[in-house]
Amino acid sequence: MSMATTVTKAETLVGRRLRRKEDPRLITGTATYVDDIQMPGMHYAAILRSPHAAARIRSLNVQPALDHPGVAAVFTGADVAGVGPVPCGASLPGLRVPAHSVLARDRVYFVGHPVAVVVATDRYVAADALDLIEVEYQPLPAVANPEKALEPGAPAVHPEWPDNLAFTYHQEGGEPDRAFAEADVVVRQRIISQRLIPTAMETRGVVADYRGAEKSLTIYSSTQIPHLMRSLVAQMLGLAENRLRVITPEVGGGFGSKLNVYAEEALMGFVAMKIGKPVKWIESRRENFQCTIHGRGHVDYYEIAARKDGAVLGLRLKLIQDLGAYHQLLTPAIPTLSVLMMPGLYKFRNVSADILGVFTNCVPTDAYRGAGRPEATHGVERMMDLLAAELRMDPAELRLLNFIGADEFPYATATGLSYDSGNYAEPLKKALDLVDYHRLREQQQQAKASGRLVGIGISTYGEICAFGPSPATPAGGWESATVKIEPSGAVTVMTGASPHGQGEETTFAQIAADELGVPIEDVIVVHGDTAIVQYGIGTFGSRGTAVGGPAVYYALQDLKAKILKFGELLLESSDVTFSGGVCTCNRTGKTVTLAQIAAASYRAMKLPPNTEPGLVATHFWEPPNFAFPFGAHIVVSEVDPETGQVEIKRYVAVDDCGKIINPLLVDGQVHGGVVQGLGQALFEQAVYDQDGQLVTGELMDYAVPKATMVPWIESDHTTTPSPVNPLGVKGVGEAGTIGCSPAVVNSVVDALGHLGVRHLDMPLTPEKLWKLIQAGGQA
Amino acid sequence: MHRKVPVQTTINGEPVEFLCEPRQSLLECLRDVIGLTGTKEGCNDGNCGACTVLMDGRIVNSCLVLGVEAQGAQITTVEGIARGNQLHPVQQAFLQNAALQCGFCTPGFIVAAKALLDQEPAPSEERIRLWLANNLCRCTGYDKIVRAVEQAAQELREVKA
Repeated sequence: MSMATTVTKAETLVGRRLRRKEDPRLITGTATYVDDIQMPGMHYAAILRSPHAAARIRSLNVQPALDHPGVAAVFTGADVAGVGPVPCGASLPGLRVPAHSVLARDRVYFVGHPVAVVVATDRYVAADALDLIEVEYQPLPAVANPEKALEPGAPAVHPEWPDNLAFTYHQEGGEPDRAFAEADVVVRQRIISQRLIPTAMETRGVVADYRGAEKSLTIYSSTQIPHLMRSLVAQMLGLAENRLRVITPEVGGGFGSKLNVYAEEALMGFVAMKIGKPVKWIESRRENFQCTIHGRGHVDYYEIAARKDGAVLGLRLKLIQDLGAYHQLLTPAIPTLSVLMMPGLYKFRNVSADILGVFTNCVPTDAYRGAGRPEATHGVERMMDLLAAELRMDPAELRLLNFIGADEFPYATATGLSYDSGNYAEPLKKALDLVDYHRLREQQQQAKASGRLVGIGISTYGEICAFGPSPATPAGGWESATVKIEPSGAVTVMTGASPHGQGEETTFAQIAADELGVPIEDVIVVHGDTAIVQYGIGTFGSRGTAVGGPAVYYALQDLKAKILKFGELLLESSDVTFSGGVCTCNRTGKTVTLAQIAAASYRAMKLPPNTEPGLVATHFWEPPNFAFPFGAHIVVSEVDPETGQVEIKRYVAVDDCGKIINPLLVDGQVHGGVVQGLGQALFEQAVYDQDGQLVTGELMDYAVPKATMVPWIESDHTTTPSPVNPLGVKGVGEAGTIGCSPAVVNSVVDALGHLGVRHLDMPLTPEKLWKLIQAGGQA
Repeated sequence: MHRKVPVQTTINGEPVEFLCEPRQSLLECLRDVIGLTGTKEGCNDGNCGACTVLMDGRIVNSCLVLGVEAQGAQITTVEGIARGNQLHPVQQAFLQNAALQCGFCTPGFIVAAKALLDQEPAPSEERIRLWLANNLCRCTGYDKIVRAVEQAAQELREVKA
């Protein structure tokens, strides 16, 4: 039963289904998340938040809270005037950036907007005292819908910008006007990618600990980006960067929602410095829904131009992005990713896109698993199905006809990208074989003839990941690694990526164990502490392995070169090879082990020429390009005409994420990604009412998929190595989410096509489908 | 500040006495008073199952139980599932299947799955999914969790046979 994790040295560990090194602490309840940290004298913060989507703060009296026993301090917007604004890292020409203070000043802009912070000796006391703060609000008209916000006379989210436009952005390639003029067929559709709530199972949380005598602040935060957070929070607080240490303990899921710097991180730092005691703030689930970024939030107007034979000619997009009230770290940049990926896997030579970035009185949107690419894939894959229906072509054939050819890589897209490698027909053909497509179509016809609503949906997706070359990213796009071999021969890998569930403690150990020829048990991977780990960027955008992995690989190469030098010295030979953890003299056959070399390198009785003592190497790896994974997902669904409920009968995912380091972990990424896509397709939607109240404010109202709501995922792969990095990996964290939603919607539209249904917007709730079926397909 | 009351209970087989405010939840008592932080708070309103513990043989959301209700009860938390270094078959199966990613929901799943297998040696896939529908996981898509519970059930049956 037990699966061996130690293998003989000749076998490589890369490519094997190894158990995760992370898991023993996680399955026994001994891992430390931020809320598990306790310190002597620790205080607890609670935050008063606006109940209004838009209001003027007429008066604010915190004295009754201050008088409450156990309350140490209360801070309001006036107190934190010296704290810098919540940072926006994205820049676009003409971008309007609203002033974003860590606590509201005289006005609030969304429900949940932080107004004051109470600090007390106890979590309950802090919560009790919140109720004692007296705030007089003057409610103002609010707008929560981005299309309504664009109408003349709509309430202005920020009074200084009455049109509610944060930016417009235009991009085009080729000759879109000509393509549309010359087309035989043009199909148009408005497509919504609804607002979603990321819902990491661990909410956000911060512990801040200031040591006045050392003038040093330590912030423990559940984040995906410890180093970037250190730089940005140090700036907000006016601290020298070396006086701030950010520690990322175990992180209970992020999905992009923790790829950010929020008001609370700087606020808790400020509080700790003011009261001279450690302070903890743990976000409640309601706060998480109201105040942590949301994802998606698109209204897209698509037009596709094609010839009669199905060859696509052009694609146009008007993209209305609901930004919310402020820009968080990457808010305005996310829809630009949709534009970059709008051509999908197809030979669209002529494209045009316009983004309207719109302020609303809602919490900001930002990166949520897939970040702009699920929206793009949903758009182009829906449009391909609409075109197939228009031309009465099979949707699989239409895709195969229009794919970029396997011999055309690197492929320069009309949106300015260079797709690294691909063979797009291969996963689709494999998926079609797995479902026995032609037979399935026959079975579907029989089922439909007997009144059953069975549909087959295909989605073939491409995604941009492994962010990315530094010139194309808001911060640096590189990643770093240090590999240390201790005098005993034990190996420590320090990665600047900050994994939080993806499993790089295992995959990076696999890479290091292979390269050094040591057992995987001898390798530990350290991350998430800015005082220990060299500067790094973080884990997001499917970059952990694809950018962090090569950094580890190159650090290991540097180290191996040094090991060889010491091997030559110790073996007194210039003809030495290092393999399997041993340096061998090829003439005498004499050997010296890595542990002996390590000991000698630190003892330093003798050193090779021009060589420093010790065995440590650091590498900062700058990727030359993004990587572009792809794949094909096929869904067979059946709609119950009595209830409108969608049952997923089969879910087949064939993904190509380049070379696979650990298939067990890749499966997990695919499963989890697909189920988040199913959440969008079938269940989830962040609903604000017209006054800007978040109606789906807790887990009772927001339908995160449960075990009973999802099918088995049949996962398979094709392997097209990426030429971008030496490992040939591409990234897989977001693929499932990107590929999923159009496959599901295409299947349900297919199931209801005979009723005249040609498009459905997500989520495909039973209520929506039941009404549609009752009305004979007329929305 | 409310007057604290003493509570005598048994946690993971050990007698435990603690003081808590009458309004404090069992979850907070476990985490903040007793120092057993393996049980997690995911929502504090009974909707996510991250705080699942066994109370007198039944699974409960410890955020919905008051600390004072633990008086005289037998509580099992994730810390009490393994016997010393000997992992429970459910934990073994989670390890082998990598049925977790960020791990935050995992303590709740492990306690819930153990409770199921204590009562039902051969649950169907449907039964497992239904039983675990009180526990939310945002990372795994449940696929490997359900497989792990199926595998643990088989393992336990083989041990007993």
